[in-house]
Amino acid sequence: MNSPFFKFGFFNFDMSLVVAFIIGIGFGFALERGGFGNARILAAQFYFSNMRVLKVMFTAIVTAMLGIYYLSVIGFMDLSLVYVGETYILPQVVGGLILGFGFIIGGYCPGTSVVSFATGRLDGFTFLAGVVAGIFVFGEMFPLLESFYYSTNLGKLTLPEFFNLPYGLVVFFVVLMALGAFAAAEWAEKKFADKNPENSL
Amino acid sequence: MTTLVRKITHIFEKEEEKVEVKSQPYSNPYVVGFGLGLVLLAAYVIMGRGLGASGAFSTLISVGIETVAPEHAKNNAYFSEYIGDGTTNPLKDWLLFEVIGVLAGGFISGSLAGRVKKKIEKGPRISSWQRLMFAFIGGGLMGFGAKLARGCTSGQALSGGAMLNLGSWAFMMMVFAGGYAGAYFLRRQWT
Repeated sequence: MNSPFFKFGFFNFDMSLVVAFIIGIGFGFALERGGFGNARILAAQFYFSNMRVLKVMFTAIVTAMLGIYYLSVIGFMDLSLVYVGETYILPQVVGGLILGFGFIIGGYCPGTSVVSFATGRLDGFTFLAGVVAGIFVFGEMFPLLESFYYSTNLGKLTLPEFFNLPYGLVVFFVVLMALGAFAAAEWAEKKFADKNPENSL
Repeated sequence: MTTLVRKITHIFEKEEEKVEVKSQPYSNPYVVGFGLGLVLLAAYVIMGRGLGASGAFSTLISVGIETVAPEHAKNNAYFSEYIGDGTTNPLKDWLLFEVIGVLAGGFISGSLAGRVKKKIEKGPRISSWQRLMFAFIGGGLMGFGAKLARGCTSGQALSGGAMLNLGSWAFMMMVFAGGYAGAYFLRRQWT
């Protein structure tokens, strides 16, 4: 048995859409359980009073990262068949900054606003309308942005390649970094407990 | 315009008062993170790709523009890529089906925990219509930024992050940097 199953032809494209729907259910379920359908909790991240975003995201990244790493080490998963986007460093850095501003202004990101809308929040729906508008503006402006969009292409580049370190060692560093971030998050939440919106729900 | 928005939000706020269902507290973030990590891992093991969200909206809007102004969509290098060459239906898109799943999954989880409510999430110091305006502007920035960065929090930070993709990690750091940099100026909205 070899993974990724789809790339080895275990099922066809139409079936992959069913898989997409089922995986999406898991994704949406987890986001809602984590409190990500609530803009106040998401925004509290940036005031250090509720660190769910960091805790959930880092735990998820570490879990998936370790799984991918060990499955590839034992030869179950063929990493060369796994999709990794190319790095375009400048547009990604600028895009990330704009996204960060959008996050603190709007209170959601695209995925969490879907969950927010699914649980009846009108601000989540308005945010989604904004996302659609933003994509529309980007598309209309694309001729102006095109050269920047395709600039500073570094190709497919991972952290182990970039720092010239073994894959396993980078995995280990990320785990250490996550543990440090969790400790800091717990400390901050205690310090700003009186401002945590979750405590007044 | 603003009175209309006030009226609409007022209706929602009234309904919120009537609902007396006790909603359960959110789950332990580390347990949720582990579960989310397994969902992401499943996507990689089964499909060889990660999760995403903003791409689904690119598909929807491209198809929308094509329906209204087919020539305009075809001539735009960005939208035309999402429409494809006409051999396949652009709505048969993996991310679109995934996001429909997110909608369903969020609703299922929220229903089970008694958290499905018509309401507006906002800080105590701003009005509902102000909050909605901010939500729209923030969403707009996010849509624009996600397209520039080739993905959003799900596609870049989460999925690319787990694959240790350099661009994804640079993106993730900048999202946090942008959020914390803007937090001081928006404190009135949230605290």
